[in-house]
Formats: sequence, C-alpha cells, structure tokens
Amino acid sequence: MNDVLDVALRLLVVFAVFLVLPLVVGQTEHKVMAHMQGRLGPMYAGGFHGWAQLVADGVKFAQKEDVVPKDADRRVFQLAPAVALLPYLLVLVAIPIGPSEGAVGQVVDAGIFFVLAVMGVGVLGSLMAGWASANKFSLLGGLRTAAQLLAYELPMLLAAASVAMAAGTVSLPGILNAFEWWWVPWQIVGALVFFVAGLAELQRPPFDMPVADSEIIFGAYTEYTGLRFALFLLAEYAGIVVLCGLTTVLFLGGWHGPFGGDGLGWVWTLLKTAVLAFVVIWLRVSYPRLREDQLQKLAWTTLVPLALAQIALTGIVKVAIQ
Amino acid sequence: MILAAHTTQAAAQAVRAAGAAEEHGFLSPTGVEIAFVLVGLVTLGAALVTVTTRQLVHAALWLVVALGGLAVEYLLLTAEFIAWVQVLIYVGSVVVLLLFGLMLTKAPIGRSPDADSRNKPVAAAVALAAAAALVWVVVDAFRTTWIDLDGAVQGSTEVSGESLFRHWVLPFEALSVLLLAALVGAIVLSRKKPSDQNEERR
Repeated sequence: MNDVLDVALRLLVVFAVFLVLPLVVGQTEHKVMAHMQGRLGPMYAGGFHGWAQLVADGVKFAQKEDVVPKDADRRVFQLAPAVALLPYLLVLVAIPIGPSEGAVGQVVDAGIFFVLAVMGVGVLGSLMAGWASANKFSLLGGLRTAAQLLAYELPMLLAAASVAMAAGTVSLPGILNAFEWWWVPWQIVGALVFFVAGLAELQRPPFDMPVADSEIIFGAYTEYTGLRFALFLLAEYAGIVVLCGLTTVLFLGGWHGPFGGDGLGWVWTLLKTAVLAFVVIWLRVSYPRLREDQLQKLAWTTLVPLALAQIALTGIVKVAIQ
Repeated sequence: MILAAHTTQAAAQAVRAAGAAEEHGFLSPTGVEIAFVLVGLVTLGAALVTVTTRQLVHAALWLVVALGGLAVEYLLLTAEFIAWVQVLIYVGSVVVLLLFGLMLTKAPIGRSPDADSRNKPVAAAVALAAAAALVWVVVDAFRTTWIDLDGAVQGSTEVSGESLFRHWVLPFEALSVLLLAALVGAIVLSRKKPSDQNEERR
C-alpha cells in the first residue's frame, strides 16, 4: 500500500510542477521581454509588476468560445492540443532534480531515449492541428513544423548520444552520478547543438518559421480559440521547461554545484534551468527569424557535422582516459 | 509492408504468450498477461483500421496508435530500450515523414474515394502470407521460452547492448553497411544530372 501511496505522491508532485513552472516561465517571458524592449504592458493588476494579469489572462482564455471551423476534421482538431501538451508531462516524470533516490518522478532505465522519443510525439499535435484546421495557413504551418522536426531531431539525438557515451549509461540519474566538472568544457559543443536543436523543435524564435505571424498568421494554431489555444501556448512553455531541464541534466551537471552539498542539489537544478529559460527568452527578443532555407542549412551543414565531431571527440577522450 | 510485419509481430507475440501460458496454467492468467492480450487486440484493431480507412491522414494517425501499442507490448515484456526506440523511430520520425508527405499532396479532409486500388486482393494475400509465415516462425522458434517478468529485467539497455555487441556484431555491422548503401543510393537518385538542369534552364 505504501508503494501505491509513494507513486501517487510522486505523480502529484510532478503534476504540480507541470502546472506551475510553465506558467512561471510564461510570466517571466512577458516581463523580461517588456523590460528589454521598453514596452511595459500591464503593470498595475495585483500590484507588483502586474503579476495578477496572468490570472486575468487565464480567465479570459477560459471564457472565450471554443470554435471548431465548419470544414475542419472535428475529432482530430479537438484532440490535437492534448497530443501537443501531454508528452511534456510524461517527460517531466523522468527528469531528476536532486541526488537522492526520491528526487525523480520515476527512474527510467533508458532515460535519454524515453525523453527524446516522447518529446518527438508532441510535434504530432502541431501536425494534427495544421492538417485538421482546413486552412491553408495552418497547413503551411504544419508542413514547416514537420520539415523543422525532421531536420533538427538528428543533431539533437547525436548530441545526447555523446553524453550517453561519456557517462556509459542512458539513464538520466546514471549520467548525473557519473558527472565530473570537466565534462562541461568537454561536451560544450554538444550542449550548444542540443540546446539549439531543442529550440528549433519547440519552434521558439529565432526558429519560429512554422508560426511566423507576418506570413502565415499563427501557423498550425491559426484556427484555435479559447482553452484549446491556451493549451498550445502552455505546451510551448512546458517545452521550454523540459528542454532547459534536460540540457541542465545532460550537459550542465544537474544537481552538482560548486558548493552546498547534496541537500541543496535541487536548488542547483532549478537555478540552472531558470538561467537557461532566461536565455531562451533573451534569444526571442534579440534575434530575427531565420528563413526556411537558412533553418535547413543550419541544421544539415552546421549542427549535424558539429554533433558528429563532438561524438568523435567524446570517443577519443573516453578511450584515452581509460 | 512495415505495418504488416508489425501487425504480425504483435499477433505472433500474442500467440507466443498464449502458447507458453499453457505450461504455466492457462486458466489463471496474471495481470500482465491480461494487459498484454488487451493491448495486443487494440494494436491489431488499430492496424486494421489503418489499412481499411478511406481517410488518408486518419490512416497515418491510426498507425501511430498501432505503433504505440506495439511499444506498450515491448514495455510489458520489460524490453524498455526497444520500446522507446520504437516510439522514437516510428512514431517520432516515420509517421512525421508520412504526414509531411501527405500534407505536401494536400491530403483532403474527409474520404478519398480513389484511396483503393485494384491491387487490394493481391495486397491482402501478400499481407496474410507474410503474417502466417512470421507467426509460424516465431511460434516455432519460441515455443517453450518463458520470460520471467518478476525477476531481473530481461530487456534492459545493458542486456540488449551486450547481446548486440558481443554475439551479434557481424549482423549488426552488415546491417549498417546495408543502410549506408541505401542512404548513398537515395542521394544519388535524388541528385539531378547536369544535363537535366541545362534542359530546365532552356
């Protein structure tokens, strides 16, 4: 009975994190962008920096009418937001935040494969939305999403494989247990490739060609309203949390920190994740959107060779130190 | 064809579980066995819908269900690594590629009346023959094998890796050379000859 309670409690905690952290990232994005661009936006709701605007936005989304276009494929159209959002919840279960055994939702033996596989499923949601909307802009958005995923999945996998080689395991807690500080400079190229490819997979600027508002309105999500639209937005922020958490665990040592011991491990994980999330937001404000051909060129001629070079380097060092 | 192979694999696994269960008591199935059969039925159903539905994109989405069901079957057999690779490669890449292709052809919403071809009976015959052959081979090969699901994990990454790189290195390398050859072939085929380009310019 205790086991059942334990599992239920863990899932509950993971679910709470899943509900809270994406909202925090979303709110941070609003505020950071506002201050970076000197366009403050709502500053009065709730007092400090207009934090209550987030609640108001949530209420607004819930009140809006849930419209399904007449020619749309109803069931696929309505199912798409769930398919886009749920994979990120599943991925969070496997990300360890601290050194102790209890600091991970569920230890998955093939952790890296699990997280990358399930993250890839999330993109199906965008494709379903793009096709089922019966809208040419949505279809174009879906096409661009698919092309982007196909291009960036490979460098992401290769970069993750490099870490797995270094640690000699594909389990996420196992990788953290094997981590040494000098892995950061050793794997830095892989880390950059992983992070950039992850950004592209999430369709975050500068890789937001699939939702380019000046060309195709909002890509695959053009026809969505109300809560379903909010779910897609939530999926994007949950994706940021997952990507930053994964980069932290794989490349930045997760709960390892310069000081503070094992007890404070979870603080280090959250801190590193938060800094990476800030970088994600910063990139959105500072870089112009890449064109479709530039996107593909970056993936195939820069990221894939870099990831392969990183794997070669990892192999050489691994053999040399044995 | 991939689909047919997978369907038959699932069927074969179901048969295999049933065959082995006789020794261990067919009348008192464990929870895992019941789940295995149920998921197997869902997988088979989804696969059948995939090949019979007239809506092209729905077929691709049902394929996701079938492939995902197969991953669950692997999980139930504790072959975790294979299960996640199945999701990564088939759901994450192959189906996305399929959908990409379908979207490029502007797959219509609703039924495609021309989705069937006259080759239907032949295709069905080939699929049934392939299924029968696979089921027969698998049942014959694993007749008395029994996986102990309660003991140590049988299909962990470590176990799979060791058996792959200790005992099956040569087939593995041969396969990778084959895949490389296919890759090079695809690149050669997709490259235009210089003369074609000149003609296009005119």
